[in-house]
Amino acid sequence: MAAPKPTLRQRLNDSDLWLAFKDSPIAVAAAITTVLIFVLAFFAPVFAPQDAFNPAALNLMDGFSHPMERGAGSNMLFLLGSDAQGRDMLSALFYGTRVSLIVGLCSVGFSMVLGISLGLVAGYVGGRVEQLIMRIADIQLSFPGLLIALLIFGVARGLIPPNKHETTALFVIIFAIGLAHWAQYARTVRASAMVERNKDYVQAARLIGIKGLPIMAKHILPNVMGPVLVIATINLALAVIEEATLSFFGVGMPVTQPSLGTLIRFGQQYLMSGEWWILLFPALTIVILGLAINLLGDWLRDAMNPKLR
Amino acid sequence: MTQPVLSVRNLKVEFVTRRGTLRAIDDVSFDIAPGEVLGVVGESGAGKSLTGTAIIGLIDPPGRIAGGEILLQGKRIDNLDKESLRKIRGKRIGMIFQDPLTSLNPLFKISEQLVETIQTHSSMNASQARQRAIDLLIEVGIPAPEKRIDGYPHEFSGGMRQRVVIALALAAEPELIIADEPTTALDVSVQAQIITLLKKLCRERGTAVMLVTHDMGVIAETADRVAVMYAGRIAEIGPVREVVQHARHPYAKGLMGAIPTLEATASRLVQIPGSMPRLTAIPRGCAFNPRCSEVFARCHVERPEPMTVGKSEVACWLYDTKKEAAA
Amino acid sequence: MFGYLIRSVLQAIMVMVAVAFIAFSMFRYVGDPVASIVGQDATLKDREELAQSLGLNDPMVVQFGRFLGNAAKGDFGISYRQGRPVATLLRERLPATIELAVISAALALAVGLGLGIYTALRRDGWAANLVMSLSLIGVSLPTFLIGIGLIYFFGVVLRWLPTFGRGETVAFGWWTTGLLTESGRKSLILPVVTLGFYQLTLIMRLVRSEMLEVMRADYIRFARARGLTDSSINFRHALKNTMIPVVTITGMQLGSIVAFAITTETVFNWPGLGALFVKSVEVVDIPVMGAYLMFVGLIFVVVNLVVDMLYFLIDPRLSVGRTVATK
Repeated sequence: MAAPKPTLRQRLNDSDLWLAFKDSPIAVAAAITTVLIFVLAFFAPVFAPQDAFNPAALNLMDGFSHPMERGAGSNMLFLLGSDAQGRDMLSALFYGTRVSLIVGLCSVGFSMVLGISLGLVAGYVGGRVEQLIMRIADIQLSFPGLLIALLIFGVARGLIPPNKHETTALFVIIFAIGLAHWAQYARTVRASAMVERNKDYVQAARLIGIKGLPIMAKHILPNVMGPVLVIATINLALAVIEEATLSFFGVGMPVTQPSLGTLIRFGQQYLMSGEWWILLFPALTIVILGLAINLLGDWLRDAMNPKLR
Repeated sequence: MTQPVLSVRNLKVEFVTRRGTLRAIDDVSFDIAPGEVLGVVGESGAGKSLTGTAIIGLIDPPGRIAGGEILLQGKRIDNLDKESLRKIRGKRIGMIFQDPLTSLNPLFKISEQLVETIQTHSSMNASQARQRAIDLLIEVGIPAPEKRIDGYPHEFSGGMRQRVVIALALAAEPELIIADEPTTALDVSVQAQIITLLKKLCRERGTAVMLVTHDMGVIAETADRVAVMYAGRIAEIGPVREVVQHARHPYAKGLMGAIPTLEATASRLVQIPGSMPRLTAIPRGCAFNPRCSEVFARCHVERPEPMTVGKSEVACWLYDTKKEAAA
Repeated sequence: MFGYLIRSVLQAIMVMVAVAFIAFSMFRYVGDPVASIVGQDATLKDREELAQSLGLNDPMVVQFGRFLGNAAKGDFGISYRQGRPVATLLRERLPATIELAVISAALALAVGLGLGIYTALRRDGWAANLVMSLSLIGVSLPTFLIGIGLIYFFGVVLRWLPTFGRGETVAFGWWTTGLLTESGRKSLILPVVTLGFYQLTLIMRLVRSEMLEVMRADYIRFARARGLTDSSINFRHALKNTMIPVVTITGMQLGSIVAFAITTETVFNWPGLGALFVKSVEVVDIPVMGAYLMFVGLIFVVVNLVVDMLYFLIDPRLSVGRTVATK
């Protein structure tokens, strides 16, 4: 007598991944932290005590309040202190993290789409096209993403008229960072594609005249999602850090739409003069965010590695 | 009765995983006499290779020996410390693995690998060791050994490499060799040569062999006794002729029946329906009961103990001598 | 054997040409070379004359050829912003970057290698786990934050080390070095640690994971089965096999350490090429950007070539002949 077919819920519960997750306190902690930061950031208008980047909401008299101090002008409680213009650091953090996360997620999405597409094409078409794409991927992988992102950013700036720089900054950064990281996805997908393209169903499709590529994609993508997810997670941390670095250099997100990196850039000026909180909290946020995402990515990779099971 | 070279008593090997503790080898016992060739057969996953690995002490975590004893010449070796165990390996127990391509380190010359092994287990100097290495290569049938010895593994063919592996395993003159599927990765034409070579060398030296394989033909040709394993347990063990021609355990019968022979008149190969259970779902009682054509009530309840039938031992309630005696 | 070498060189040249082409495209099509030279109120006729004299109306292949020729001579045009020849700018800043990069690379390599091996061999020890945790933090920390942190603690709070610039340098011809003065050496410490830290972490994790992978290989198992000592297995066999992938990846990484220096140079106000590059991106100074790209490309290509040679020396499978097909 056969057992009843397990439901989706039961299958998920029984899956190796979930078991490994429950077993690992670090993974759970990292996941909770990440989710918390995401929620706080994306719902910044809801959670933030102050609309931090609206000049009308600020009171100059509140400037340089210490953490846990009340502002001299508006008497608002600044949990993490305020900056030179009376901006609440806590709120600034929420909004800044939101920008950082938007850049991170969008650029990872862009890299993924680009990388997976190129990988599929390379694997399917083969021959010179494949060689070319893979060569470029190899070369790009040995350069720091920062360099490539900077280069693309610079070129984009040269092509965009100066008055549009600020408004297009977000898109340019996403494009630059995204373009710098497609290679790893392409490699993974192409490896799977190479295996699949010789299989019968692809050959059959080709013979009939249907394009084998979409069919092959349908079969490859589920298998390849695991490693792709691991790469994406680690890439997310990298993208957030890269964006922060670019903003820190002054070539990233502008003052009007600051990210955590931009905030750190401001904070640096005040470090020596004693208002340490303007620098410390954005810096801490980046470190915690980066660490949590990296931990998740590391754990995910180990959990998916069949040899370690 | 001379003392057996190897004596395995109630061996249990477990793996601790997320899904609980899995028992991969469950109460296995057998002896190997000096100079004897014991074949160990069974499907993939039955635990044959694992038994060999346990004997030589190379089980990696999360696996571990959870019970029982392993005795070499009457002395326990399963509870030794790392260094003592290391001294036994190579010198007293040798092991050959399945794939000769990956068994040899691709970055070292054959001479280096041989000389190092020889010097580890003896007090020879470099030139003596090298001479011994060349002698070994001659014994295993490598032509022009003085020249070939300085080559790298990738310069040898598959069959040649396996010969080198045998030379390496025999270098320190062990009393027992565990051969884990030594011919599976080789061309069919080469398999016979390698098996013949192994048999000859061991006979000359009086080395006992535990030959693990799923190829019944090799067993029939080479082994003195054979043990049939199923789901981590021994189903039947006895002299080769008895087990191959008159298997008693239903599983063993099925296995032998599945060997195609030239004389047989059957038009279909015998198949045993179903497949071996996963370690997480071993049936209660006799592990084979879901697939057994002669199953009865007791098989679902009690795990059968080995019963003596003729010169073999069979773990099957069909041969329950005590019951017959009581009746 | 020569085939391998020639192929490597050819590939190197192809990559270089590709990089040069990208740089050339930037020069030619991004921004307006004419406008940057003549300024706003030049007439159309003046512009056209200038364009003609600059050769901007020639076919692209010709222009590219001219570009390559100039680049080979070291002529990259004039910086838009600074009005000086780009080549001069590069030369002034090169020693600072090279010194920083080389010393950081050496540090990262030595410590990374050592820690990587240690954490692989003692993988369950508390020290190894601690190091791995710290390394994870290292990968998550943006380099510029490390720099700021170090500046704050060692420069501002403790006042032990200088926080920006190279200190005093000594000139040899057109090269300047900070190693010969105390202030120069002191100024090197924090930047070297900052730049090397990330590299160190990457190398360490790479060596560890490769070594763990190697330790699982069949030939290591066989070596164990032969009773070879732990030190021989770890440091003679496993280490050598680990080196091959490590050399490749480490080489490429160290090759791009010059590019990684961008962040460190900016944070420490280090007068090197990286800082120059960032400024040039800020103001869209195309000639400098393009020249930097070519320079980094050159370093990458050269390092890659060296790594290929090393690979060739270490792995006998590449240099020694094909398999001899005898049985």
